Amino acid sequence: MQYTFHIEGGNFANTGVASSEIKKRLKQLNLNAQTIKRIVVALYEAEVNVVAHAYNGDIFVDLTSSSIHILVKDEGPGIPDIEQAMQEGFSTATEEVREMGFGAGMGLPNIKKNADHLDIRSTVGKGTEVEITIYLNHDQKTE
Amino acid sequence: MTIQQVVDILHGNLVSGKNQLSSEVVYGFSSDLMSDVLTLEKEKIILLTGLANVQTIRTSEMSNINCIILVRNKKATPEMIKLAEDTGIALVEFPGSMFHAVSILSVAGIKPVY
Repeated sequence: MQYTFHIEGGNFANTGVASSEIKKRLKQLNLNAQTIKRIVVALYEAEVNVVAHAYNGDIFVDLTSSSIHILVKDEGPGIPDIEQAMQEGFSTATEEVREMGFGAGMGLPNIKKNADHLDIRSTVGKGTEVEITIYLNHDQKTE
Repeated sequence: MTIQQVVDILHGNLVSGKNQLSSEVVYGFSSDLMSDVLTLEKEKIILLTGLANVQTIRTSEMSNINCIILVRNKKATPEMIKLAEDTGIALVEFPGSMFHAVSILSVAGIKPVY
């Protein structure tokens, strides 16, 4: 199954709509609760990043029986130094983002923690692509 | 402890999530930083926060948290209440400080996440 969502930069009111929709769909699939949490937390962190830093973005979700592949592609300022951005505590977030409870420099490290594979590509002045893959663990019983 | 018991011992004002009152909670986590909340791995957590905005609810939804205590007399906005209802989250307003709420819940047996 494939899903796409559009994200507007700076629009905190709608941040999390895509993650919420994906969570609802995953809950119908008899997946391990911890796996669902890892997926939606990683996706939500990525959504927050687009809203906080980019002009706009799109999310492409490809869900198969064995894995979920998420591509978050934004148009924005890009990340000059990805290695630095991956360090816990490093942040370029604005005061507005911090007032929303984010911008502590923990988003990308938390995506990495929850993902089985994470790939980040960025071009300064153009935008960033974050690719997340998480393998699905099926429970034997319905939760 | 159930969410109903949490509401009772805090004398809190429940503004959403009546159908969550029989859910069990075991752990408490206090933070105004949603990034910290998103790192939690445990379940059955109560979130105590002074951050009253829609992302408080969204973060809780993603973290499987179904009880939020808004401390320091922060009030839930209509958007927060609607989202909390839609996502099955009990939202409780508490007039006292974070420390006050934490001390009551700690004495009542709510455990720290770490």
